[in-house]
Amino acid sequence: MNRIIIFLILSSIVLLGADAISGEVEKQALNMSAIVMFLIFVGATLGITYWAAKKTKSAKDFYTAGGGITGFQNGMAIAGDYMSAASFLGISGLVYMKGYDGLIYSIGFLVGWPIILFMIAEPLRNLGKYTFADVASYRLQQTPIRTLAASGSIATVVLYLIAQMVGSGKLIQLLFGLSYEMAVVLVGVLMILYVAFGGMLATTWVQIIKAFLLLSGATFMAIAVMAHYDFSFGSLFTHATELKGEAIMSPGGLVSDPISAISLAIALMFGTAGLPHILMRFFTVNDAKEARKSVFYATGFIGYFYILTFIIGFGAIVMVFQKPEYLDAAKHAVDGTFPILGGSNMAAIHLSHAVGGDFFLGFISAVAFATILAVVSGLTLAGASAISHDLYASVFRKGRVDSMTEMRVSKMATIALGIIAIIVGIAFENQNIAFVVGLAFAIAASANFPILVLSMYWRKLTTRGAVIGGALGLGSAVLLVILSPVVWKSILGNAEAIFPYEYPALFSVTLAFVATWFFSITDKSQAAKDEQELFDAQFIRAQTGIGAEGASSH
Amino acid sequence: MNKETVQKIKENPDYKKLVSTRNSFAVKLSILMLVVYFVFILTIAFNPVFLGSPLSSGSVTTVGIPVGMGIIVFAIVLTGIYTQRANGEFDELSNRVKESIREI
Repeated sequence: MNRIIIFLILSSIVLLGADAISGEVEKQALNMSAIVMFLIFVGATLGITYWAAKKTKSAKDFYTAGGGITGFQNGMAIAGDYMSAASFLGISGLVYMKGYDGLIYSIGFLVGWPIILFMIAEPLRNLGKYTFADVASYRLQQTPIRTLAASGSIATVVLYLIAQMVGSGKLIQLLFGLSYEMAVVLVGVLMILYVAFGGMLATTWVQIIKAFLLLSGATFMAIAVMAHYDFSFGSLFTHATELKGEAIMSPGGLVSDPISAISLAIALMFGTAGLPHILMRFFTVNDAKEARKSVFYATGFIGYFYILTFIIGFGAIVMVFQKPEYLDAAKHAVDGTFPILGGSNMAAIHLSHAVGGDFFLGFISAVAFATILAVVSGLTLAGASAISHDLYASVFRKGRVDSMTEMRVSKMATIALGIIAIIVGIAFENQNIAFVVGLAFAIAASANFPILVLSMYWRKLTTRGAVIGGALGLGSAVLLVILSPVVWKSILGNAEAIFPYEYPALFSVTLAFVATWFFSITDKSQAAKDEQELFDAQFIRAQTGIGAEGASSH
Repeated sequence: MNKETVQKIKENPDYKKLVSTRNSFAVKLSILMLVVYFVFILTIAFNPVFLGSPLSSGSVTTVGIPVGMGIIVFAIVLTGIYTQRANGEFDELSNRVKESIREI
């Protein structure tokens, strides 16, 4: 095993090196300081992967890092999972373009976290082992519930992966001057190395390091911006409105009609509480106490990060907007507007250059790359666990499988998912993928969240109710997104969308809950009675942690 | 966990207190967060002008800025309050429940 790791490390360094050289002859300017800093990051994280691989001896180590991560570390890693390149560059770009609307968006992404703490974190930790399907299927029939939960997880993970891979290819192309395919392959290969060899332990530490780098970099940028205005928000906003008009200080067109607004709010809130790669992180800590601390730290880091991105977006308005060195001169010549090079998502990247020169630009570019790597690793691990733990070990082998075999299957699943990610990343290069993250959140909110929360708190839930409700939630979320304006009109080219709203969650989540309720209370079978009778014991374990999984003892 | 233990824990006063106080606390905080957030979202949908009005006459900063930042801070503070109480008071109760079944 070790020899394989060393070989893969060496070959990936060679690959990087070769790529750096070929990048030089390409049209995009080669960003040397970014590449050096990125190589340091890759070297350090591969070193961690090597260390983690030696400590990863069982399925439990692989899925949960042995269960010995502290609340603070896990909080940082959760924040790392959540602060993707899309949220760093996307939200600061949105603030740069639309001002206040960017803040509305980030608030939506944050408010799910307190709900996760109050409702989910503790029972999840007390009842589960490796995946949230452990909890959903705790007193229900294993095969149907795990199949459903795994489908929801894999759908969420794959959609999220598509968005991350395509985003990473484009970003790396722009920042490092590598070709799109090369960038996607590089991300896929490194991700397979981290996850297949280092499991959850390596993934967690990659996530922690990246979260630390991202928060430090963003803090520096925000402070540099504020220092320009003597730390007065008033002067920053005044200058920004002089450049872009007063509209940036009020809500714009992001959420126009109430139905879409509420639907988006539901998707963000409950979707966050149904993301498999986030839920999985709660099994890496020792007990419910550490699980709660994880959410508190994560909420703190994420909230702080969103405040930073807001300042960074405004900083980009005053320091990047209309500046000749960041202006896309070709487009400006055509229509007289002032677009920045690489599009509005590059606002934070250009700002890093404006406040810290080439060196800091290199740092932020390397951090953006590291962010992508860390997020896809977390996603892949969650997808691989759904395949190996839920589908293979529980559904296919009915639990009769030893820990080593299960771990081997999850490593194979990791490699398979990595290859799929590379393929879809390349296949979707020129597709409109604006809907995929929204769809991932809609599925998480409509399929994963209802069965998870009802299995924890509702005595009368039965297998029949959960399966029908969850499947309807999943199916309706997918169907409504296909019929919505963004797919039916923009992508499929139809004149009018059949479903008029942009976000399906209000309808699909309601459908999932109502169907689960109806098909549970009308279930008069003996199996249903037995399942309901098991609720008391489950509830006691959820509330007190009696009988919960502990940390592994080595 | 056998039926006897389940019954025993269900009748344990510490367990009853744990479940009722914790769940009502969690529900209250959840409702608080949901109300704050949905009032914010519905204000944006129905009365965006309010959030866009200047904080004081002549200032560029709008009401929406402190409100938005406030919701972020509010969410963090709520998780802090819950964690503080749960890691103290609620864990104390749940430890006592665990002790009680060890004595059997």
